[in-house]
Amino acid sequence: MSQSKNIIELTDVKKVYDNDTVAVDSFNLEVKKGEFVTFLGPSGCGKTTTLRMIAGFELPTSGQILLNGEDISNLPPNKRPVNTVFQKYALFPHLNIYENIAFGLRLKRIENTYVNKKGETYVKKQKLTKAEIDKKVKKALEIVDLEGFEKRSVSTLSGGQQQRIAIARAIVNEPEILLLDEPLGALDLKMRKEMQIELKKMHKKLGITFIYVTHDQEEALTLSDKIVVINDGEIQQIGTPDEIYNEPVNTFVADFIGESNIFNGTVVGKLKVKFCGATFDCLDDYEINQLVDVVVRPEDIKICSPAEGRLKGKVISSIFKGVHYEITVAIGKFEIIIQSTSTAPVGSVIGLRIEPDGIHLMEKVYTVNRYDGVITKTNKVEFGDGEFECDVTQLYAGSSLDEEGYLITAQGEKTDLAGTEVNVEVDTHDIIMTDDISAGGAQGNIISMIYKGDHYRYIVRTEENEEDYVLSCPDLWNTGDLVGIIIPKEKIKISLKHDGENDR
Amino acid sequence: MRKLRFSRSQLCIPYAAFLILFVIAPLFVIVYYAFTNGQGQFTFSNFLNFFASTNTLGTLLYSFALAAVTTLVCLAIAYPTAYILARSGLKKKYVLLMLFVLPMWINFTLRITALKEILSLIEGNISAYPFLNSVIGMTYDFLPFMILPLYTSLLKLDNSLLEAAADLGADKFTVFLRVTLPLSVPGIISGMTMVLLPSMTNYVVLDMLYNSTYIMGSLIGSYFSAYDWNNGSLISLVLLVIILIVTLVTNRFSDKDAGARGAVL
Repeated sequence: MSQSKNIIELTDVKKVYDNDTVAVDSFNLEVKKGEFVTFLGPSGCGKTTTLRMIAGFELPTSGQILLNGEDISNLPPNKRPVNTVFQKYALFPHLNIYENIAFGLRLKRIENTYVNKKGETYVKKQKLTKAEIDKKVKKALEIVDLEGFEKRSVSTLSGGQQQRIAIARAIVNEPEILLLDEPLGALDLKMRKEMQIELKKMHKKLGITFIYVTHDQEEALTLSDKIVVINDGEIQQIGTPDEIYNEPVNTFVADFIGESNIFNGTVVGKLKVKFCGATFDCLDDYEINQLVDVVVRPEDIKICSPAEGRLKGKVISSIFKGVHYEITVAIGKFEIIIQSTSTAPVGSVIGLRIEPDGIHLMEKVYTVNRYDGVITKTNKVEFGDGEFECDVTQLYAGSSLDEEGYLITAQGEKTDLAGTEVNVEVDTHDIIMTDDISAGGAQGNIISMIYKGDHYRYIVRTEENEEDYVLSCPDLWNTGDLVGIIIPKEKIKISLKHDGENDR
Repeated sequence: MRKLRFSRSQLCIPYAAFLILFVIAPLFVIVYYAFTNGQGQFTFSNFLNFFASTNTLGTLLYSFALAAVTTLVCLAIAYPTAYILARSGLKKKYVLLMLFVLPMWINFTLRITALKEILSLIEGNISAYPFLNSVIGMTYDFLPFMILPLYTSLLKLDNSLLEAAADLGADKFTVFLRVTLPLSVPGIISGMTMVLLPSMTNYVVLDMLYNSTYIMGSLIGSYFSAYDWNNGSLISLVLLVIILIVTLVTNRFSDKDAGARGAVL
């Protein structure tokens, strides 16, 4: 009977707005009765849209929302046993506090069973009596700690008090699920902290399932039993605060929750990963030559003597943060942030140690290859140990090329592009491998291939500078094959390098 | 060079002067004429003339009835219109709003003349339906004044309040009855004030529709054109008192709501 324990289930929920923007996609979630679940993500990630679909203000484009096993996907909000606490309170300004809280109760019809003279039982739908409403409103005000506010008008309350009334107005209806849409967003920091504690207490006392939306990771970690991290309309990770913090599944989660050092790494052996120019033992098993993102929390890096450390670096800065120091260390061109209770003088060289359980590997989610490139004299672009034809007019809007190969800008100025440094982006789907190695702009060996269900993902590495091309291809090649790399002219995206812009 | 600087109170002087010259002073003149006779002696006889005559009292009632019906017809047309304009996701709603405002750009005389032609086409002898024609004419004339305040008050309505009501179990009709309608009361009040008062006095519409019935405006006009300043002034004064009462009553409503609306901010 594990199924019946799920109070709400979202299966493959998708929401597409009229203008074709996909707000939420393939959203699958199960929430158990009495859980405190938080939707966490940056603004515009689809977390509020999902909440609004549960409340009934938006209807999903496809997919199902089941409440206690029943499909409620297309029910209007007034037919759903859920109540919402709105971000901006949404208290009715024309009603006093009592009437605001009683709003839902006055609309409620409960079924009472009676026995008539013949001894038959019959059910009558009835309004709540005045005394019942009185009692419930009073109790709700007690729960939010605002007894005696019945006759006050909404405008006389502070933001925090209004928020409490909004909560009282929702919980007085005894909903199966309480939805909270960034309820503390408009409060100041101190008030927010107080309300967090109270919300947690209320959740314990009432035993109602809470679904909470926030973009504040600290709030999510403090309050929740379960966190759903969302980005770009898709669930990134579902887990307890502990799991989300300690075992982030991808760099987005790692970056969004807490502070992280994120490096590009390569798996070089069984449970061995190379990043920042050194090889480390790790606990995550990936195939050899797999490119990975390496996430290391600042508190997992230990300072030791230069001789003992796997990494050696120079301290650039050290800032006292109260409980710990935040130390920035430069190792070659990399920068690492460390949190430590002891400090080291700026300019000194220290060693760094990272235990295997402090290193989290994540498969790189590759959609684009990024390179540093240079425009050649023939208006080709040189990158990744190769030379490719490209459309250089995309560098300046409205520009064109004259017969001699000079670029004419929209303003009519003539420029020679040779030697211009550019950022190059190529989608993994746009790179083609060929047997004819001279036909491509570059060539290399296939060093890795992973079957991805409907296609293979290959990594081709050049010999000269060990540049990697990551590409998807439905055909089967062999590891070690020497191949030519073809990229169609129009698929190469180039942009000017600006000063001070760092590419990762 | 010294900069020219005005204090706030100095900036008020032109308006205050205008007010005294063209509003306050004429008011005293009206009061003076209303309580004197042609020889300038103090008297209540104008007053008695007005309230003793069934003719004038009948006109007062008739104007009031006409104005009330006009206002209600305007409200009945304007509310759904404003609601659709403000609350629906209509793409071309500004065009629609323009259609209602546009007649105000066309000369009043031209509009009513056109209406007269249309009405005589339909009714034949338009003098046979004086009340109906007056209502149609005034509704046509004053409808934008009802739509605009309603539109603004419905536009300001916070969508999350409607969602909150639905969330708490209200169906669409209940949401309208218990949230939308009470919160649009200020718009209703100001729309009604803007239609009710002018339609008690605007006799030009009636005249142009070949209407022989009298309303308060026509009464004042007829006295004044006969150089009977005293009786004309008294009727003006009576109207003024009525307007004052209506304003006081409606202000009580809108004040309460204005305070409540402030809370949303």
